[in-house]
Amino acid sequence: MPSLTRPRLIGGALALCVLLGVVIFAAWPARAAFSSVDAMIPGAQGDDPATLDATLYLPRDGAAQHPAVLMPHGFGGTKESVADDAKQLSEHGYAVLTWTARGFGRSTGHIHLNAPEYEVADASKLLDWLAARPDIALNGPGDPKVGVAGGSYGGGLALLLAAKDKRVDAIVPMITWNNLATALFPGGVFKQAWAGVFFSSGLSGGSRSGAGGGAGTSGSPECGRWAADMCAAYLRIATTGKLDDETAKMLADRSPATYASQITAPTLLIQGEADTLFPLSEADANAKAITNAPVRVAWFTGGHDGGAGPQSDQDRNKFLTLQWLDHYVRGKGDVPANSFTYSRITGLDAIERGTLATGYSVDAYPGLGGDSTGTQTVAGPAQQIASPPNGTPAALSSIPGAGLASSLVSGASTDVPGQYARFLSQPLADGVSIVGAPTISIKAASATGEATLFVKLYDVDPKGGATLANGLVAPLHLTGLAKTIDEAAPVEVRLPAIVRQVESGHRLSVVVASADQAYLGPIAPATYTIALTDGSLTLPAVNGTPIVTSAALWIWVLVGLVALLIIGVVAAVVIARLRGRRKVRTVISAYADTPLHVRGLRKTYGSFVAVENVDFTVERGQVVGLLGPNGAGKTTSLRVLMGLTQATAGEVLIFGHRLAPGAPVLSRIGALVEGPGFLPHLTGEQNLYAYWRATGRPWADARFAEALEIAGLGDAVKRRVKNYSHGMKQRLAVAQAMLGLPELLVLDEPTDGLDPPQIAEMRRVLQKYAVDGRAVLVSSHLLAEVEQTCTHAVVVNKGRVVAAGRVEEIVGDTPTTIFEVSDIDLAQKTLDRTEGLAGYAVDGTRTLIVELGEAPRSAVVAALVRAGVGVDRVAPRRRLEDAFLALVGESTAGSGDR
Amino acid sequence: MSEVAVTETGVAGYRPGRTLGLRAEWMRQWRRRRTQLALGFMVLLPLVILVAFQLGGDDSSDGGRNGRGQFSQLVDVATAGGLNFALFTLFVSAGFLLVVVVALFNGDTVASEASWGSLRYLLAVPVPRARLLGVKLVVALAYSALAMVVLVATALAVGTLRYGWHPLQSGLSADLAPGPGVVRLLAVTGYLAMNLLVVAGLAFLLSTLTDAPLGAVGGAVLLYIVSSILDQITALGNIRNFLPTHYGQAYLGLLTTPIQWDGVVKGAIAALAYAAVFWSLAWFRFLRKDVTS
Repeated sequence: MPSLTRPRLIGGALALCVLLGVVIFAAWPARAAFSSVDAMIPGAQGDDPATLDATLYLPRDGAAQHPAVLMPHGFGGTKESVADDAKQLSEHGYAVLTWTARGFGRSTGHIHLNAPEYEVADASKLLDWLAARPDIALNGPGDPKVGVAGGSYGGGLALLLAAKDKRVDAIVPMITWNNLATALFPGGVFKQAWAGVFFSSGLSGGSRSGAGGGAGTSGSPECGRWAADMCAAYLRIATTGKLDDETAKMLADRSPATYASQITAPTLLIQGEADTLFPLSEADANAKAITNAPVRVAWFTGGHDGGAGPQSDQDRNKFLTLQWLDHYVRGKGDVPANSFTYSRITGLDAIERGTLATGYSVDAYPGLGGDSTGTQTVAGPAQQIASPPNGTPAALSSIPGAGLASSLVSGASTDVPGQYARFLSQPLADGVSIVGAPTISIKAASATGEATLFVKLYDVDPKGGATLANGLVAPLHLTGLAKTIDEAAPVEVRLPAIVRQVESGHRLSVVVASADQAYLGPIAPATYTIALTDGSLTLPAVNGTPIVTSAALWIWVLVGLVALLIIGVVAAVVIARLRGRRKVRTVISAYADTPLHVRGLRKTYGSFVAVENVDFTVERGQVVGLLGPNGAGKTTSLRVLMGLTQATAGEVLIFGHRLAPGAPVLSRIGALVEGPGFLPHLTGEQNLYAYWRATGRPWADARFAEALEIAGLGDAVKRRVKNYSHGMKQRLAVAQAMLGLPELLVLDEPTDGLDPPQIAEMRRVLQKYAVDGRAVLVSSHLLAEVEQTCTHAVVVNKGRVVAAGRVEEIVGDTPTTIFEVSDIDLAQKTLDRTEGLAGYAVDGTRTLIVELGEAPRSAVVAALVRAGVGVDRVAPRRRLEDAFLALVGESTAGSGDR
Repeated sequence: MSEVAVTETGVAGYRPGRTLGLRAEWMRQWRRRRTQLALGFMVLLPLVILVAFQLGGDDSSDGGRNGRGQFSQLVDVATAGGLNFALFTLFVSAGFLLVVVVALFNGDTVASEASWGSLRYLLAVPVPRARLLGVKLVVALAYSALAMVVLVATALAVGTLRYGWHPLQSGLSADLAPGPGVVRLLAVTGYLAMNLLVVAGLAFLLSTLTDAPLGAVGGAVLLYIVSSILDQITALGNIRNFLPTHYGQAYLGLLTTPIQWDGVVKGAIAALAYAAVFWSLAWFRFLRKDVTS
């Protein structure tokens, strides 16, 4: 019975505290491993001077000087956008400088889109600022140990700064461009959706409040915080869709392509596969263009459309970045391998509801053509397609700026009927892995000699569902086309680079569409004819090996855990067996033939004493009654001697064996404790069988016939126990206790629920049982029952034995006498004067119960008569009840209802 | 008073290692109505789903393909073949039904004996307490496993009879030929079984702590649900990784090509660790407990 005792409370409170502590420890934000310094740093002071809002994160690792990393943010962001990354990097011992680029947030100036004389010059000023700090490690005077790591706009800055400022020791440009002209005008078609997204985010300059924005906003409604020349260029190209020379020159000035050969800082290019703005081809161009520095390339499954990618990709990118900076900036660690790593979406994260990617590695970067190629044939007739006026309606392949949402589209890319030509392969016999840019040769004819086309590669599943990998399309603006398809010259089309596994049974489909919502199409409607040259689709592949992730480690953890559990279980079993064997079973020889000997038994529940001190003995041939009022401690004593509860003190000897819970000697006892306990879904008979089966003893030893006869249930033994009356269960329980004819039978209130004839029968059975050296211990609060059934009685009250011995002895001649008198008042006065009386009680109007004590009965009678009290009757009280009451006191309120 | 060492202390024929055999315990549980009902329902459920599909007609909506899209995809392809039908049946049962069934077998086993009063008679046989727990646990786990096997086998059988023997479709990855498909299905079943060890352990622990079988079963299910709810709260961050239910759906990773072992392995580690702790506590408590009912 679980009660709220003090030890329990303390234990529970302690456990709770420990649990709370663990949770708090896990949830408590660790003390920041860095400190930060905010500063407004003057940038380039030319015709558009700017002050940059910067924060320097300094690691708290005790070093006096730290290598530094510049961490520029992406377009439309502020220094806060990269704060988390900066903090993480500073925990690795780098002083990380983040700042808000000019034209954004609280920085002043205008957006020049990473122009060398503005943003790039700003970054040089930041290097000066770093070099002047005493806590930044230097390569030489004014030359800090510094790397640049940033994505997109920040990645472009990293490349351009490395080209312009030789103090940069290493760069990690991520998801960025090589050439803005090719990124914004791929194939000569204006990528209007992305351009619009960027132009509009420059209008507000990264401040949410728009017009009221950051300090130094001098924006017109037309240009916002864009520099005037950039703004004008955008308005021009967005209107015409044509890249004019002046804009081309401006974009070239802001493109690493122009300066790549000047880059001498080791470059780690990380590019996203889900990126319709700066696709893998931009990183490829950078990798090819940077010829004077070590270059390493990594692809991951995120990008401008795909975000940071799955955790495994993020971990890989962080690892690669840190490894690169550690070696080339800090001068720690081995030279990073030149291997090319990429990843492919291989499933859905069942736990975090994201995608899962598997990383692959190959020794060297193979470029977009892969390290091997395969060929598939697509087929289809020449088809006519219409180009809609103003490019509307158009197919939807991606949603620029929507981030992850755009990947929803890639599954269900929609082509507009009449606007596309489709060429389909046969179902693939084997799965094909594509890593790189597939190529195909097509022919196109146009009445105007020009055509704007969008070529896409679909993965078509057996049910016809077509998937456009990452929403990537290859736009083409073709000029000088033949009027008819027969005269058309082949055009080699390089499709977007992808990483994809096309499963066996799927088909590949090349679609040539005339319009796409992400691009600006021609204004005038037109009709083109599209055909394949030979239908040969070249698919590049890379023979990469999967990167071993932490999963491998966890497998060993699992193996270890399983091994540990097995060892633990085996050890527990072995130790338990050994202990059981080693335990010296000793018999107190004096009691070896005594079925039960209890001495000094005490049981407390917390501060409550259920059994104070109980001693008694049951000898062979005896039927001992354990007699006491309710709550005297009878049942508790029986529980202890059945090994169900542990005694607080004292010991129980069964045939001389000290009792412990589960001691084998218990098998020599049959018991009925605290009422019957049966499986209600079994019949009485089945219950007895099930019980005997649980003992594991030989079937023949059970003596079922005798037990069933004792139960006397007749045909009712075939009924389920749940339908039994209390008396029937009680009889069955007695029968169960007698199974195997145990040497000691312990019965707790056996006649409970029986009717008088059955009680009489039970008495007979018990008396008969205690022959052949067997013994019976019966507990009861019914005095008559003990008197009539038992040879011996043990009277307990309030947890103590108040009398023990043969029933006749206990009942024996008691000094209590009943007087019926004529005048009870006078009788009392007389008794008060009589010497030697132990006491008396008044019972009714004429009866006195007198404890004679020392005084002889005759003397009391004489005294009463002398006093003139009429004595009608004098009778000694001899019944056990009187003895019982005498022994336990009139009050039968026990020590507790237990 | 002299003491004499003896070898055998019990009555002739009594051996502690032979009390309450596995078979005896199996039969004690087998005859119970709740055992038969639970197993019967495992047979019934696939039939109910099958009938529902038949009555519901074709309703394959084109769900999204990301994130939760996997759910609708598993639903969409449920009728693609026997393997898919079995997978779907497992999928809809994993979250609650199997939890309840496992909690029932494990949470009820000791507590119901206590509530009937038969526990004290077993202990008075005497069945050693550690042995009693061991036998009860093994049998409860065996019944839990049997329930899962019956569910999957029935679903596979009726699904195959109705929809045929076709490759396993799983969504993102390629279809799996029936052979490997069966292996994947078994792997998913195995993982679910392992993951349910958390429930089994918790229910078993509660079973040794209380005399109310419903309390043990309900308590285990309740705590499992609370853990599932907490797992939905992403604000809890890394703490969620330590929730026993965090890896509950990692089995979806077994359906992709290549197999995503990461979540499965971590889930197995979490389940085993939790179960081991719960079982250890159960033993620790029960061996010292005063059996008062």
